[in-house]
Amino acid sequence: MLELVVFSTLNGLQYGVLLFLLASGLTLIFSMMGVLNFAHASFYMLGAYLGYQITRTIGYWPGLLIAPLAVGLLGAGVERFCLRLVHRHGHVAELLFTFGLAFVIEEVVVVLWGRVPLDYRVPALLDFPAFTLWDTTYPAYKLFMLVISVAIFVALLLLLTRTRVGLIIQASLTHPNMVAMLGHNVPRIFMMVFGAGAALAGLAGAIAGPALVTQPSMAALLGPILFVVVVFGGLGSLAGAFIASLIIGLVQTFAIAVNVSLNDVFLPLGISLPAPAVLGDLWNATLAQLGPVIPYLLLVLMLVFRPTGLMGTRET
Amino acid sequence: MTQSIAGTTPRHRTISPLLASVGIWLAAGLVMLLLPQVFSSGASLTKLCLMGIMVIFALAYNMLLGQTGMLSFGHAVYYGLGGFFAAHAMMIISGEKLAVPLAAVPLVGALTGLVFGVIFGAASTRRAGTAFAMISLGIVELVAALALVMTGFFGGEQGVSFNRTKALALFGWKFGPQIQVYYLIAGWCFVSMIAMYFITRTPFGRMCLAVRENPERAAFVGYSTQGIRFIAFCLSGAFAGIAGALAAINFEIASNSMLGAQQSGTVLLMAYIGGAGHFAGPIVGAVLITLLQSSLSDITGAWQLYFGIMFILVVMFVPGGLAGLITLHGPIARAGLLPRLAVPYAKALVPGLLLVGGGALIIELTYKLTVERAKTTVLNLGLLQLDAKTALPWIAAVILLAAGAWTLRRLGPGIAEAVAATRAEALARVGA
Amino acid sequence: MIRMIARRTVFGVALAGLTALAMPVRAQDTIKIAYIDPLSGGGATVGEHGVHHFQFLVDKVNAAGGVLGGKKLELITYDNKSSPQETLLQAQKAIDSGAKFITQGNGSNVALALTDFVAKHNERNPDKQVLFLNYAAVDPALTNAKCNYWHFRWDADADIKMQALTSFMKTRPEIKKVYVIGQDYSFGQAVRVSARSMLKEKRPDIEFVGDELHPVLKVTDFSPYIAKIKASGADSVITGNWAQDLALLLKAAADAGLQANWYTYYAGGAGGPTSVRQTGLEHRVFQISEWHSNVEGAEMQNLNADFRKKYSGSGWWYLRAKNEMDMLVKAIEQAKSVDAAKVAAALEDMRFKDAIGAEVWMRKDDHQLFQDLYISSFGPGVAVDEEGTGWGWKTVAKVDAKDTITKTVCKMDRPS
Repeated sequence: MLELVVFSTLNGLQYGVLLFLLASGLTLIFSMMGVLNFAHASFYMLGAYLGYQITRTIGYWPGLLIAPLAVGLLGAGVERFCLRLVHRHGHVAELLFTFGLAFVIEEVVVVLWGRVPLDYRVPALLDFPAFTLWDTTYPAYKLFMLVISVAIFVALLLLLTRTRVGLIIQASLTHPNMVAMLGHNVPRIFMMVFGAGAALAGLAGAIAGPALVTQPSMAALLGPILFVVVVFGGLGSLAGAFIASLIIGLVQTFAIAVNVSLNDVFLPLGISLPAPAVLGDLWNATLAQLGPVIPYLLLVLMLVFRPTGLMGTRET
Repeated sequence: MTQSIAGTTPRHRTISPLLASVGIWLAAGLVMLLLPQVFSSGASLTKLCLMGIMVIFALAYNMLLGQTGMLSFGHAVYYGLGGFFAAHAMMIISGEKLAVPLAAVPLVGALTGLVFGVIFGAASTRRAGTAFAMISLGIVELVAALALVMTGFFGGEQGVSFNRTKALALFGWKFGPQIQVYYLIAGWCFVSMIAMYFITRTPFGRMCLAVRENPERAAFVGYSTQGIRFIAFCLSGAFAGIAGALAAINFEIASNSMLGAQQSGTVLLMAYIGGAGHFAGPIVGAVLITLLQSSLSDITGAWQLYFGIMFILVVMFVPGGLAGLITLHGPIARAGLLPRLAVPYAKALVPGLLLVGGGALIIELTYKLTVERAKTTVLNLGLLQLDAKTALPWIAAVILLAAGAWTLRRLGPGIAEAVAATRAEALARVGA
Repeated sequence: MIRMIARRTVFGVALAGLTALAMPVRAQDTIKIAYIDPLSGGGATVGEHGVHHFQFLVDKVNAAGGVLGGKKLELITYDNKSSPQETLLQAQKAIDSGAKFITQGNGSNVALALTDFVAKHNERNPDKQVLFLNYAAVDPALTNAKCNYWHFRWDADADIKMQALTSFMKTRPEIKKVYVIGQDYSFGQAVRVSARSMLKEKRPDIEFVGDELHPVLKVTDFSPYIAKIKASGADSVITGNWAQDLALLLKAAADAGLQANWYTYYAGGAGGPTSVRQTGLEHRVFQISEWHSNVEGAEMQNLNADFRKKYSGSGWWYLRAKNEMDMLVKAIEQAKSVDAAKVAAALEDMRFKDAIGAEVWMRKDDHQLFQDLYISSFGPGVAVDEEGTGWGWKTVAKVDAKDTITKTVCKMDRPS
């Protein structure tokens, strides 16, 4: 039992911090520009595919550096040349643009790399078990993912709270007009934040590619969960995004480990549901089966009852 | 974009608006009646049925997006649930041998859409804008995930299939042959279209526009914007439910993919590409995209890419959609000035074709080289055989693209100016 | 204004319709076989490899002169995205474009929808009947409660395979604790039920320590499931997973260093061998199939070698696809027609000597093919390896076709 708890915690944390790498950029972009970037998970996918391509030609480690930079550049370009153009048509148009962009990126990936998952392997340097507990091994690569993600969180936090750039970004989150009046180039800040967010997503992709599956649907699989994290954590709050990432990561992992259903819980209390009711499946489903439902339930409940999210200061 | 739905008939017309309106609807009905006579092959009939369904769905969706200004990423919930409840209704009808004709089954879908619209709408329409969009996204993912757990009702990965011929046969119509199903769909499509059109003409329809354009003012006038949003949402859900029920009848199955995010995305694409600001926009979008989906996918494997690019271009450059483009030319045509645009458009046509051709060629060559490498790398263009492994086609494609882009960039402003000038003159002449 | 738009819309629709709907129907000069399987998403690897199989077979038939005195076969492929509804849409498209035969395999959920669709279609369109040739969907229902005249299955059903697998497990005394993990749909559920009941009967001493169904083709990291298996103390795992769901399951097991024996249906699929090799589970992963690369028989050996040359090393998987195509050609020749009812009549009860020289039999009662089955394990010391791992499949047990015959509850309506 302890073994299951320890490894589920590790798996959950690792998934959670990966989510955070993506959510951090998304929440910054969202709160700053009011754009819910549907293509954010697509940048993550591009990171994985570019990482794969560079791994094939140069090596894994250069890929880990180049892929996020390239994706970041692309993100900045998207903001500068497309999103800014669409901006005058309003938020809905911007939202739709990123929605279309996600669609196009997925299809470009299909055209370039095919529909079949890629054989993106963990680099040989990290392909060993990091440690063994109760004779279960934990792969070094996953530990590496964990460490990198936490390092980035710390770096991001320091950047935003301790540097001048960070202060300007924080200021333009809440008072873009004032920041512009002080002589700062707000559109440029937007572009940089969008690019940096994309780069972070690209990095997440490059490190997640070998561990999860590099395939054209990877963006669509992760995208909705990201929105859950961002809304759940609260807009514009990095700390909120971090906590929400961990919660979602842990909840999803632990749910799988639990074989308890509502029926199991209520039966000892003497409450039971007549078997063939339409809701019977729900009643008898184990938490493991309900796992995929939980994040969205949290999302809807949060939006309806506490629109500011966990740590947010303003409404969605 | 703003005034178009409310659009008024120019004063100098002699035919009464009512008569003209009736005429249009009669013509539309006649076209729908005769279409299968013209396109009678099995493949065409399949497409026509899909079009009818998607027209209803897209129009229903546009009651939110276009008319009330609510962006939903999860409207397939009502479409899908309508389909599932209709499927179960059909099974009960055939199981209990109830005297209910198949033509009445879409009512089950409508009721389902309405009920779930009330349930989910009560929670989500309290908010507008991005928050509403997010809630809709959460609900669609939630329902899709729940549907997979509640296998008893939703049939899990398999869906719920039934036999549509087991309902009460009226006038000997058992709805086995596709043509009969077409007329069922066409009938419902016609009725729904008229109903949704007349909703836009009611005071409620006008209030929806007000809520879209300026919610604050609408509230000051004394209307509850939340209430308007809620009613629009429920009505839209009901029509989506009809579309879903018809889809279930058409395929004789209701499956999980009907209520997912992807289906929701498709209807958004249809409404927006067609033109969310016009009543007829979603019709154009639904017809066009259904056609593209089935026809383009036979021609090229990369069809979804073209699709996405088209969507992005519309969002960036033609926010009014295709219907917006058409109405732009409305006054010009009425003033009889269309011929004047022939020259500028012809000028744009050549570089435009070069651009599209070059771009498409690059996509197709890449596709041959990657996805279809194992099959053949030769792109067959009828008279021309291009091998993607050689350099020449690539160079040609890039030249085409560059030439097209460069020319269009040079000519573009001039053409836009000519169109604007002509339109201004036309407006002045017609006096609208 | 609105009327203007409406008028123009009608006009535009008519115009667009004219061009797109009136596309000329191509001359019916080939015999079209429609392949409908996932070519995108989690099942794509397997679906695409299936295309290679059938294209290879079709090319072979055509190279040998085609059928009915020179008519060529043509394979047309459709992506069903693993969705039943999409499958029906694609099937309709295939029929509309003149396909006479539809072949599908990945996903019993899809197959159940398709067999239903084909039966209804044939009843309503007696002039356009088609056959459903099932090469891999193994839910027993397809040849039992849900059987129909137009469906033929070349793969042994899940129960037959489980019977063989559990009989083999009976001889392995080291099995004490078993974990069943599968995909949450009709086939995964069938595997789960039959594994439990059959093992209980044959080895009552075996303890079931876990029983899990997970979402189909959606999980990208199986570590949480593996942690659960690990915690249960299972020494053996039974799984019917296929495509990505199997490769990733084995990959996660490799990462966690899970030392268990695996009893599988499809470990030979894409990515499976690589993951097994990575874990170092030498001859501890078992697979039940009608053929593998090291089954003797020169014809299949040569075919496998040619296939690998053409498709950069990926091996041949499906003897059943070869059987399907060979028997179809034979049936068409016998019926002297591609008419679905006539070809079906020729296929029914057909006894056929297949490419490894064994006799296979298409039972008339339920259209289920009976064939020899091989249980093989994966490890070093074999002639032909998989995915460049140096390891390959080695037969550990063979079940003769006659021992696989099961009862069926199928009651088929035959066209008179």
